[in-house]
Amino acid sequence: MNVQLQHIYKNFGAVQANDDVSLSVESGAIHGLLGENGAGKSTLVKILSGFITRDRGEILLNGQPAGIKTPADAIRAGVGMLHQDPLDFPPMTVLDNFVSGRPGGLFINQRAASHEFKALTSQFNFELDVDEQVSNLTVGERQQLEIVRLLALGVQTLILDEPTTGISASQKSALFAALKKLAAQGKSVIFVSHKLDDVAELCHAVTVMRAGHVVGTATIPCPSARLVSMMFGRELAAPSKPQTCRDDVVLQVQHLALSDGRMDVRIDRLDVHCGEVIGLAGLEGSGQRLFLLACAGILRPAAGDVRLHAARNGLSSMAGKPYHDFLKAGVGYLPADRLREGLIWGLTIQDHVALRTPASSAFIDRDSTRQNAELAIQTFNIRGRTDTRAGQLSGGNQQRTQLALLPPALNLVLMEHPTRGLDIESTIWVWQQLIARCQAGTAILFASSDLDEIVQYSDRVIVFSGGKVSAPIDTTSLSAETLGEMIGGKF
Amino acid sequence: MNENSKTTRPPGASALSLRVSRAAYYQLGALLISLLFMALIVIFSGESPLRVVSSLWDGAFGTADQFARVLATLTPLLLCASGLIYTFTAGLYNLGVEGQIVVGAVATTWVLRALQNQVPAPLVIALGIIAGMAGGMLWGLLAGALNVYGKISEIFAGLGLNFVAQGLAIYLIFGPWKRPGVASMSGTEPFDESLWLGRIGQTEASPVALVIALVVLIITIVVMRNTYYGLRLKAVGQNPRAAFILGIPSTRLLLSSFAICGAFAGIAGALQVVALFHRLIPSISSSLGFLALLVVMLISFNALWILPMAFFFSGLNVGSLQLPMALRLESSLAGVIQGTLVLFALLARGLSERAGKIKRSQ
Repeated sequence: MNVQLQHIYKNFGAVQANDDVSLSVESGAIHGLLGENGAGKSTLVKILSGFITRDRGEILLNGQPAGIKTPADAIRAGVGMLHQDPLDFPPMTVLDNFVSGRPGGLFINQRAASHEFKALTSQFNFELDVDEQVSNLTVGERQQLEIVRLLALGVQTLILDEPTTGISASQKSALFAALKKLAAQGKSVIFVSHKLDDVAELCHAVTVMRAGHVVGTATIPCPSARLVSMMFGRELAAPSKPQTCRDDVVLQVQHLALSDGRMDVRIDRLDVHCGEVIGLAGLEGSGQRLFLLACAGILRPAAGDVRLHAARNGLSSMAGKPYHDFLKAGVGYLPADRLREGLIWGLTIQDHVALRTPASSAFIDRDSTRQNAELAIQTFNIRGRTDTRAGQLSGGNQQRTQLALLPPALNLVLMEHPTRGLDIESTIWVWQQLIARCQAGTAILFASSDLDEIVQYSDRVIVFSGGKVSAPIDTTSLSAETLGEMIGGKF
Repeated sequence: MNENSKTTRPPGASALSLRVSRAAYYQLGALLISLLFMALIVIFSGESPLRVVSSLWDGAFGTADQFARVLATLTPLLLCASGLIYTFTAGLYNLGVEGQIVVGAVATTWVLRALQNQVPAPLVIALGIIAGMAGGMLWGLLAGALNVYGKISEIFAGLGLNFVAQGLAIYLIFGPWKRPGVASMSGTEPFDESLWLGRIGQTEASPVALVIALVVLIITIVVMRNTYYGLRLKAVGQNPRAAFILGIPSTRLLLSSFAICGAFAGIAGALQVVALFHRLIPSISSSLGFLALLVVMLISFNALWILPMAFFFSGLNVGSLQLPMALRLESSLAGVIQGTLVLFALLARGLSERAGKIKRSQ
């Protein structure tokens, strides 16, 4: 099916996620959609598949305007989307999932459905058992189930959002073969990815997005340097962090293996020194968070060891130790999702300060906690009062509150997106505070999707791409091109 | 984006006052609607609402005996409501409070039976109350362990344990502890009068029991307002994940809230035995645990409001007893009134939060 998106606009609050985006995909084509985090690709495909309603703009299917407002509209119009995390029903069987979402009468014709399912799966060489429970399937198998389910619903245009993350090499080749077959049948495929190799292998053409705009379109083959320069097309900021590294190691990672059921991350060896800042680059959800959680003691590693510097006896293994011991060892973790993991919606700033203060008696000393809260509000320039609830603060002020709550003396600070939602002056100010910590010997590991921030403030950079982890690279020897290619999975 | 220059006043100030007043309007609206609803019910059953009100008032406060009965109902209600403040604050619906009362009463009866005539009576009573507290606490901890370690919803764990506790009481009454000669629903053999907690005259009210309940209430208010424990419990109840990351030991806190609630309910059960019934009866809890749940839901888990609301509910309960005689209405009208109030209050809270969310998202 021929798909045309014309002048699509969508904003979320002040963020212009799609700003006059147009995209055209011929029937029989596999079209890649490339871009950094927050470039607007997911928003665009969710608009096409009815999960998000557009503010303005037109969707034409085979030249006819299509009034897609809900996912059901999209399916009826022949557009189906495969989400990054499969939207299926894990406690139900494969067959039940296959027939779910189907328009139909009161009764399910199990035999006919099973027959249809087997015909479709054998056509694509997918090996799926109809009676298996979906919770026992791998991510790749769940994708295959979702694809045949959408095809059975008569989908003519298939959208896939980052489908190659978390699946095995053989599942990937089965997926690619299936997509090529679909294209050969005249269906169109939109393939959202950040992996340059995958796009080069599969797609006929590619559109690159950046900051809500379409930057350009290219036909494949196309030199990856050109795609990288379109994706990240700018000079990176100059490194500006003063030298604060010392010789002693504060964190040592050995043969670490992590898994969240979807992605496996392996890090063989990493030594982080006192006063050092290491930036974790890569698209969101490439394994950085798992690594930070493991260093914080929140995620148990599947194998390997995290060793932390303890006061007198040098490095000691933290294997099997509870989160509380990591806190005692001077580890501070700052999560990205402030209201879900960092702060408590209904509690005030003063309450948060009290929660973070080591209690000397059972009773809260109101006056001193209020003074501490006021001090935090002043020094971190938080727009709020001591009795303002966390949920009433704006995003930037929630971030400042989180930073203000970090205990003063820490050996290791782990952060996700430390300055997201802050203006430039506040960002600079926050990093001044953090670098002052480094001068006192604190090491910092932080994940950020802002490459400038990574290059500016890190001593070394580690790149994550779909669970693959690069060796640490000195920031001074980085260029935008190498970084872009590594984020795209080439290393 | 420079958000600091955009806002000129603290964002909290206006938002907070708006939120409180909206919630207050909704609550007031809920009260009016539920009064109207109850008036309609009364009118449909062929009575005048005003006569029902005056009859309820007479039933509760007409005589000293009746007022004493209100106080006797108030005591367990205060205890259970205070306990439920802890579990609700921790984000838990401890429906097992009924069973915790029963096990408290069973433990007290056991100690009284074992020690009577062997140690001085006041000591027996004191040990009995302590045993009741311990029994309720254990029963609460059991529900807590099922919830925290067994990942069973505390609602189902509590309800299941209620049945077990009730079964235990009935087994004891009809089995090992049956009255000499004949076992009956009227309970075990009454204890000697020396083991009765002091009463006001010949009424049902026991000043000691009431004082114990008030002390527990005051402790609860202080803990919730002024201690780290109360604050941490709030944190765990509102966002267990963030509380964990902030370094708050959530498992221990959840278990302790079950233990405290169970202990207070256990004291209530003990007092039902030593101050009111002077024996173990099958309906020892008189469903006051469930009534306490309604009280705490109605007051939005704010301990300061327990006393007035529990007093109001006790008055309704006692006042309604004479409805059948005075007006030929069912005495269960009190339950209807209480349920209606809570339903509309919860509805108002839900609507108010939804309105707030819509407003925020705009």
